[in-house]
This record gives sequence, structure tokens and C-alpha cells, in this order.
Amino acid sequence: MSEVKIFVPAPDRSPPSNTLGPVAWLRENLFGSISSSIATLLFFYLCFSYLPPFVDWAFIKANWTGTDRSVCEANAAGACWTFINVRLEQILFGLYFASKPEELWRPTLIFVLFFALLLPLLFERTPGKKWLSIALLGVFPVVFYFVVYGGSFGIPQSNTTQWGGFLLTFALAFVGILLALPIGILLALGRRSEMPVIRSICVIYIEFWRGTPLITILFMASVMLPLFFPAGVEFDKVVRAMIGITMFQSAYTAEAVRGGLAAIPKGQAEAAMALGLGYWRRTVLITLPQALKISIPSIVNTFIALFKDTSLVSIIGLLDLLNMAQTAARSVEWKGYDIEGYLFAGFIYWAFCYGMSRYSQNLEHKLDTNRRN
Amino acid sequence: MTERTRIPLHRDPRVRAILVQVLAAVVVGYGFYSLFQTTVDNLVARGIQTGTNFFDEVAPFQIGFTPFFDYKLGESKYIDVFFVGIQNTILVAVLGIIAATLLGFFIGVIRLSPNWLVSRGALVYIEIFRNVPLLLQIMFWNFAIFLPTLPAPKNSIAMGAFYLNARGFHTPLPVIENTTDFAIWIALLTFLVIGLVMFARRAKALFEETGRRLPVPWISAAALIIGGYIFYLVSGSPLSFDEPVLGRFNFKGGGQLPLPLFSLWFALTLYTSAFIAENVRAGIQSVSHGQTEAALALGLSRKDTVNLVTIPQALRVIIPPTISQYLNLTKNSSLAVAVGYEELVAVWAGITLNQTGQALVIIGMTVAVYECLSLLTSFVLNWYNKRIQLTER
Amino acid sequence: MTTDIHMASAELGDTIIKIDELNKWYGQFHVLKDINLDVKRGERIVICGPSGSGKSTLIRCINRLETHQEGSIVVDGIELTEDTKHINEIRREVGMVFQHFNLFPHLTVLENCTLAPIWVRKAPKREAEETAMRYLERVKIPEQANKYPGQLSGGQQQRVAIARSLCMNPRVMLFDEPTSALDPEMIAEVLDVMVGLAEDGMTMLCVTHEMGFARKVANRVIFMDGGQIVEQNEPEEFFNNPQNDRTELFLSQILQH
Repeated sequence: MSEVKIFVPAPDRSPPSNTLGPVAWLRENLFGSISSSIATLLFFYLCFSYLPPFVDWAFIKANWTGTDRSVCEANAAGACWTFINVRLEQILFGLYFASKPEELWRPTLIFVLFFALLLPLLFERTPGKKWLSIALLGVFPVVFYFVVYGGSFGIPQSNTTQWGGFLLTFALAFVGILLALPIGILLALGRRSEMPVIRSICVIYIEFWRGTPLITILFMASVMLPLFFPAGVEFDKVVRAMIGITMFQSAYTAEAVRGGLAAIPKGQAEAAMALGLGYWRRTVLITLPQALKISIPSIVNTFIALFKDTSLVSIIGLLDLLNMAQTAARSVEWKGYDIEGYLFAGFIYWAFCYGMSRYSQNLEHKLDTNRRN
Repeated sequence: MTERTRIPLHRDPRVRAILVQVLAAVVVGYGFYSLFQTTVDNLVARGIQTGTNFFDEVAPFQIGFTPFFDYKLGESKYIDVFFVGIQNTILVAVLGIIAATLLGFFIGVIRLSPNWLVSRGALVYIEIFRNVPLLLQIMFWNFAIFLPTLPAPKNSIAMGAFYLNARGFHTPLPVIENTTDFAIWIALLTFLVIGLVMFARRAKALFEETGRRLPVPWISAAALIIGGYIFYLVSGSPLSFDEPVLGRFNFKGGGQLPLPLFSLWFALTLYTSAFIAENVRAGIQSVSHGQTEAALALGLSRKDTVNLVTIPQALRVIIPPTISQYLNLTKNSSLAVAVGYEELVAVWAGITLNQTGQALVIIGMTVAVYECLSLLTSFVLNWYNKRIQLTER
Repeated sequence: MTTDIHMASAELGDTIIKIDELNKWYGQFHVLKDINLDVKRGERIVICGPSGSGKSTLIRCINRLETHQEGSIVVDGIELTEDTKHINEIRREVGMVFQHFNLFPHLTVLENCTLAPIWVRKAPKREAEETAMRYLERVKIPEQANKYPGQLSGGQQQRVAIARSLCMNPRVMLFDEPTSALDPEMIAEVLDVMVGLAEDGMTMLCVTHEMGFARKVANRVIFMDGGQIVEQNEPEEFFNNPQNDRTELFLSQILQH
């Protein structure tokens, strides 16, 4: 037998310098080929010809302070954020609260409370998530009712028809998701039921609401709903819109939950059956918790869609964020500053929707990797 | 042998299932019944007579945009308004679907460009346009951008015979000058197309026999354009173009897309294309890298790899959600009511409802139209999915 | 099938693959270090080593599924550079079988096999189909020709993948852990096909841990670790008398069961 050689690993060397560093990155990602280089140059050209004027208008030359339009008229080259600044309370909280400075603490408190409850929930390691969720979905709506609507504890009552701005958008979306979730879960379970009658009822319900544009549903809610209830029962416009939105949203939530239910392997329910659990226990203890977890991303996606869709109530005359911004920009004092109004409202919508969609994407990514491991 | 014990009825799942279903049917049935009753009572109490009699009454309002319908104030009836509405809905939906598909595929493809800037640019586009409410976008373009910035008719932006101004977009329209000549031209064109089809078949056979590939798409396109034009001249130039001409207040003649339609179409296109682009990106990324590698390893060129391996697989993922987006676009076109484009919801569920008060019938018919479209869409989707399953299992 | 298919190196042909001082990095990570390897026509090489040792990367460099930064690879007289013409020429001559088969799920088995001959070799369709059927018979699944890959078992899919490569009449076949994703009973059917190929004199480079296959078929076994070729030898010598402590350790780990 020959002598055994000892294996000595060779030391690592650095790669050739032309494959690393910013120059290599530029060459690979911006000038990888002729067409890529042309695209890069074109991109720069477009950016340089459109971006600076916009930044100039929106920030550098913009008017931020002042109390009336004379400031903006004096400097017409810049955006008139003065308008937003002056009308901010209206756009955020609506006419009722904007006209009563002593009541402004009510919507402010509500938003602070909401974010205090919501933000910790977004992180994975927050302890006591269960209680936070219960507080957000169970206690918060009650607080909302007493603080914003008022009428007891010495808090003056605010008329829902005077709710407006972002507060109304928020209320519509929150009520929509809150009520649609349980209805949607039941519909999803019903749609997967083995009983044909139950299944057909759920399918017809879901497909009916999904097939109709929300604006038609809102028209329906505002002109037909009064016909459906006995004389004497009356809802105001906001509540009617909430009912329409809930019906609509529950159908979409149902489809999101159904997707989650379908992804749970059959073995789960079978094992639960073998342990002797009945349908409801099996569902509540085994299938539903797993299914809901998987479907959170799609539920968030339906919520994003709903949040955007609440803007449709401005067509039936409610003063939500969009309509409030628009109305403010058409008032005598601020006529002609439509762009600023739309951009500001658009930015608020965008920030919320983009935040939610990033959150849902992250969650989806995490679920995906968890399942693979 | 033990005697078969009878299961108590309340523990027999079959009996329970039947009971539950009967109960559900009764509850839902009673719900509808009482809803119907209260509605009838309410209608009687308010003295409203529900029915379709108003269909034949003359509609007391004008509709500005009725491109495919001879609508006349003082002659046309309410039911005509319904059909005008449907036509206008279909028109904007078709225009929007075409533009959103083209733009969406383009953005989706460049989203995956190896060029970092281009791909980031596409990402920014997608994230901006899909996260802002469509209604806001429609109003923004119409009220904040187009209306104030587009010029009055006499200062229109001219692009050849096309004109854009604050009233809308004006295009020339082809008019048939001579019917016989036109028929000759169409006949010649038909022959050309038949010839090209035969040529394509022949080329395919040649390819399968000898492996020689002919550039069929290029040849066909060239033949259609050049041949079509020569035949047009040969048949005596049977078309003329009705060009828009500036009148006292606005352009007359030609085709006209009123500004609300233009804004709506513009916003629908941007919004929907962001969603389609996401579908396209997801579809292309769903084709695993192993597929590309295997094709390259077999020696297929980049172009053949994309055409023969990536695209056929990606399309299967892209098409179903894109069809759903088409339905969404059609439903979203109902937001036209905000800018005053005269589609179904605006003229029928809006104006006609206000004029007649016939809420039940009008909303019912509006919903029915959209339900039909929705059923049609899911029918197409099911058919497509079945066809795919056949070949893939 | 007891014919000894080991041939003395003298009977082997000229060099078909020549790898010289090959170096490759993934970012900062040095995956291949100074690889030198000559493959003769008709030679059958088994490459083994622990995971992450760079063995898959090495054979993926040969048909340029991976690009290298330093050194040269010459296949059948053509050097691998950025030149797509050369890359295409080499890929035409070099077949590859993947761990996860990578069959095209939207095409039937037959279409999988005829795709490249028709589009790359420009073979008439009839002829391509006949060739494909011949190879499908050879891998013993002609009856599955009109099914889709999803309808086949893992072993059948891998045999289709082999037939698909053979349809291009490659001069060299690369196998990248062809049996790692398979159940044990399916491994045998794939290995049988590979042994048959070897008997016909195909030049083969196999990354595999099937040591029985290596003993039976290979002219040379290469052991890699840390991006380097640690040791290479004829199978008998390699298994019975490893020259390096790292090799010994590896062999003792994989052969003790």
C-alpha cells in the first residue's frame, strides 16, 4: 500500500477584479447589452426631463404656509400645499369635527388607539397577540361608537351624515372588513359543504355580489334598501352604504377563505375525525385556524381593494376622503387647486394600500418558505 | 348475529343533512318572501306602480355620445337609453381591454428586464397605479389634467388628421365612396388572405419535411400591407376619409371620442395594465429556471427557448387572471358616472332612474347585464381551464 | 451482461474535453479552484464528493449553464467563450440529464424528444419522430410516447429525459445526480439505461453517489472537495486504495451502510 497523502485545502483567492465592485455592477445591470444601454440612456433622459420640473413644483417652489389663496397666487410656479394645510382637519375628519375644534380629540384619539393596537400586531414576536386582536376587533369598534358617534357619557352626538374625510373612509372600510369576515367564513364553509342546498345558496350569494359593480350595489343600497324594510325602519345614508359594502365584501372574503380551506391537506380533517371530533369542532379547532393563517395574504388583498373602493361612496354623495378633498378644491376660497387636492388624497390612499400590500407580500413569502421547509 | 339497531333520527347524518337543508331552504325562502311582501307594501304605500310600461315612453333627455345608435331627443324611448348605455359600456370596455393588454404585457415583460433601472421603473409604475383608487385616477385625469390643460377647439393639438382638445379626441373616419369598388377590394383582399393561409400551410409542410424555416409572419405582413394597398389602388380607391373640420364651437365630422370617454379610457388603461403587468411577471417567473436551462442545454437558441418553452407555459398562468381583469375593467367602467360618460350605469341606473323612479326594474336590469357578463367570463375561464387540464393533467 | 466494459486507456480515443486551470466564483465564494481535467473519447467518468464540493457546478460549466471566470474549457476542439455560436455548437454535441428531470410539462413525451431535433437540428418531423421512438424503445417506454410527463413515474420521467438527450445524437453525456430524486426501485431502471449507454461506448460524465455504478462502468472516478479535484483514479484503486485521507473519510462514510 502506497503512502497516504494528506489533503490540504487550497486557500480561497479573490475573484478577478473585473467581476466585482460598482463598475462591474453597472456593466452587468445597466449596460449588459446594446439594447440595455439604450434603455438606460432613455430612462435617464426621461427622468431628467420630467422629474426635476415635478420636484421643483411639488417641493422646492411649493407654498406651504399662509392662510388663504393670495400666497399661492403670488407664487404660481409651485404647488399650493397651503390649501391642504388650511383644510387638513376637514379632509381628515370631515365637516362636523372640523367645525368644532373642542371635539377634535375624538377622532384623534380613535386613530391613535387604532394604530397603537394595529402596529404591534404586524410584528411576528409581539407577545399577547391574541388579546390585541380581541381588543382591535371586539373592543375598538365599541370605543369607536361611543367616542365618534357619541350621545352618551356626556359626549355630544355626531350625526353620521356629517362624518367625512378620512374618518369616513376609515369607518366604511373597517366596518366592511369587520362584518364581512364572519359572514365570509360561513359562506366559504358553506360553499365547500357536501349538502347541495347549502352549497347552492352560498354559491349564488357569492357569485351574485361578485358579479355586480360596487357602484350599482351602492345605488341599490341608497334607492332600494328603504323599500325592503317595513315603514318606520330607516337608515341614514352612511349606514346604507355600510350594509351594501358589507354584502359586497363578504363575497370576496369568502373566496379568499375558500382558497385557504382548499390548501389544507385532507389528512388533517381525517385525523381529526379519527379522534372523534364532530364537524364544527373539527372546523373550528383544526381546519379553520390553519386555513385562515394561509389566507391572510388574500384577505389583506381583498381589504386593499375594499379600501380603494370606499371612494365610490363619493358618487352617492357621501363626503369621504376623495369627495372631501375634491369639495375643498372646488370651494370658492380654493377653486382651481384640484391637482393638489387629488395628489394629497391619492397619497394617503397610496400609502395605506402600498403598506398593506407590502405586508401581505412579506407574509406570503414567509408562509411559502415555512411550507417548503 | 346482532340485531340491526335503528339509528336514532337525530344521530343519522343523512337525516340531519336533509333537515339542515330543508331548514336553510325555508329560512332563505321566507326571507325572500317577507322581503317581497314589505317591498310590495312599501310600493303601494308610496303609490309607485312597478312595471315595464315606462319602456315605451319618450325619454325627455339628450344623450351626447351615441356612435352606433340613432338616438333622437323627443323620439327615442327609455328602452333605447338602456341599449345606448350597453353599447357605450361595451365600447369603452373593448378600447380599455385592448390598450391595457398591450401596455400591461409590455410593463410586465420589462419588469423582468436584466436592466436594473428599467425593471425598477416598471415596479414603480405598477405600485403607483394599482394602489390608488381608480375613481380618484379618473377624476384626476379628467378634472385636474385634461380639462384645464387641453386647449380649446381652435387651438387643438393636431397629430396629422387627429385632433386632441378639451372637448375630446377627434379622428378621421373612413367612408365608402363606391360600393361596387369597395366590394371588389374586399374580394381581392379575401383572395390574398386565402393565398397567405395556403402559403403558411405549405411553409409548415416544408418545415416538417426538410427543417427549412421560412419567415412566414414577415412575408404575410409585407404581403398584406403592400398587396392590400395595390389592390386598393387597382379597385379604384373605394374609400374616402371624413376628416374632422373645425366648426364654430368644435370639430365636426369624423369620429369623436368625447373627453370623458378619453379620460375614462386613459385611467382604466393605466389602472388595469398595472394588474395585468403583475400577472405577466408572475406568469413568466412561474416557469422554472430548469425549463430554460433544459432548453438551452438542448441547444435551442434564446429566441426559440422563449418562443417554444417559456411563453407557452407562462401564458397558461397569465391568461386566467387576465380574463378576470377584463371583467373587472368592464365593471369598473361604471365609474364613468363620475365624469359623465354615458354608459349603462350613468344613463340607465342614474338619469333614467331619477326621471322615472322605477328602482326595482332599472337596478334589476342593470345588475342582470353585469351578471350576464360575469357568467360569460366564468364560462370562458372554465372552458380554458378544462382545455389546459386535458393537455397537462 | 458480464462482459467487462472496462477498457484499457490505450483503447480510448483522443481528448474530447479539455479543462485547463478552471476557476469560478459565485460573488465572493470560490466554487471551483484550478480544475484540470482531460476527458478522452469513450471515457466514462464518475464524479463524487460531498455536497457543495462544486461537482455539479463543474459539469454545468461544460455546457455553459454556468460561466467560468478563469481558465479554459475546450469541447471537441471548440473553446467555450461568450460566443453564442460556440455555445450552441457545444450544447448540440453535449447532452445533459438533470436531477429533477426538467421535462416540459406542456409537451407529450414524444414532443419532448422531437423538440430539439426539429428546431435545432432541423430534422424533418417524421424522421425526428422515428428517432425519438427508437430511443424511447431503448429506454423501454415506447408505449408512453403520447402521454404527458405529469402522468409518468419519476423513473419513467428520468428515462424520457435521457431519451430526449440521446435524440440529439450527443457525443458526450453529462449526468447531474440523475438518481438522487428517485425512489430506490426506480434508481435501478435508470441505472440500467445508463449502463447500456456505457456499453455502447458513449462518453459520459456522471455526478452520482451510486458507487456500484461507478465500480461497474467507470474508467475513472474523481473525488472533489472544496472546489478542487482531490483525487482521481481507476475505480479498483480508488475504492480499495485511496491515496488521500479526505477520500478515505468520504468513502468510509458513504460505503459503511
